[in-house]
Amino acid sequence: MNKIVSLICGIIFGIGLVISEMINPAKVLGFLNIFDKWDPSLAFVMIGALIVSTPLFHLFKKKDKPIFSENFSISNNKEIDKRLIIGSILFGAGWGLIGLCPGPAISSLALLNISSVAFVFWMSIGFYIASKFKK
Amino acid sequence: MNIINFTPVTALTGGLLIGLSVILFFILNGRMIGVSGIASNFLIAKDKKIENLLFLVGLILGPLICTFLLDQEIKISISSSLSLLTAGGILVGFGTRLSSGCTSGHGISGISRFSLRSIIATITFMIVGILTVLITNIL
Repeated sequence: MNKIVSLICGIIFGIGLVISEMINPAKVLGFLNIFDKWDPSLAFVMIGALIVSTPLFHLFKKKDKPIFSENFSISNNKEIDKRLIIGSILFGAGWGLIGLCPGPAISSLALLNISSVAFVFWMSIGFYIASKFKK
Repeated sequence: MNIINFTPVTALTGGLLIGLSVILFFILNGRMIGVSGIASNFLIAKDKKIENLLFLVGLILGPLICTFLLDQEIKISISSSLSLLTAGGILVGFGTRLSSGCTSGHGISGISRFSLRSIIATITFMIVGILTVLITNIL
């Protein structure tokens, strides 16, 4: 059942990226171009997602366990460390260069766009390099 | 600053769907979605390999379903050169794993949980993203 849920959640997430146009890097770069010609749409995507997930998360986290798993598995890392800050700076730089973050990049593989294929390949290399940096 | 191309209705609708996906995954499977975590765990970790793979397959099926069933044309434009895509891809892959989260993991799942770590991460990558675009525009 976990696997079917996973597939369906991926599909809903992917459709959300298409409808909100976040799958298009030009749209994301428009949001980051705040000092020139600004497209505030990305902020509305985040608001839309958060108004659903925030109240329901706090409602359901009090339950004993999720419906199809034995227990909840949520990060309990509270450390504000160099890894968090440096990682976020590097991610922000890459995001601002191209306009792609991991979700839209993977979703856009469906469009067989050669640029997004190249991006996802190098992003995966980035994942591997980071896995060697684990403390 | 001028506002252009603003699409509040579709942005909000798409956002609601993304929020729905995040909360269903939590209530049913007990995990919070972060796409960078799911993708890198699929490639590197041994645990929950199929579950992670199927989420990624779903992400790719999403646009195909929109194209074939909803008859929606999807337009994307990436004008970056291959060397820029290489640099950007490595920065995004390495950076999101070093900080354990991306736009979805920190920006949506983490902020939903009121995680201070995620709030700081989101503010940081937003500011750096904005500065990067500002610098790119000048160059």
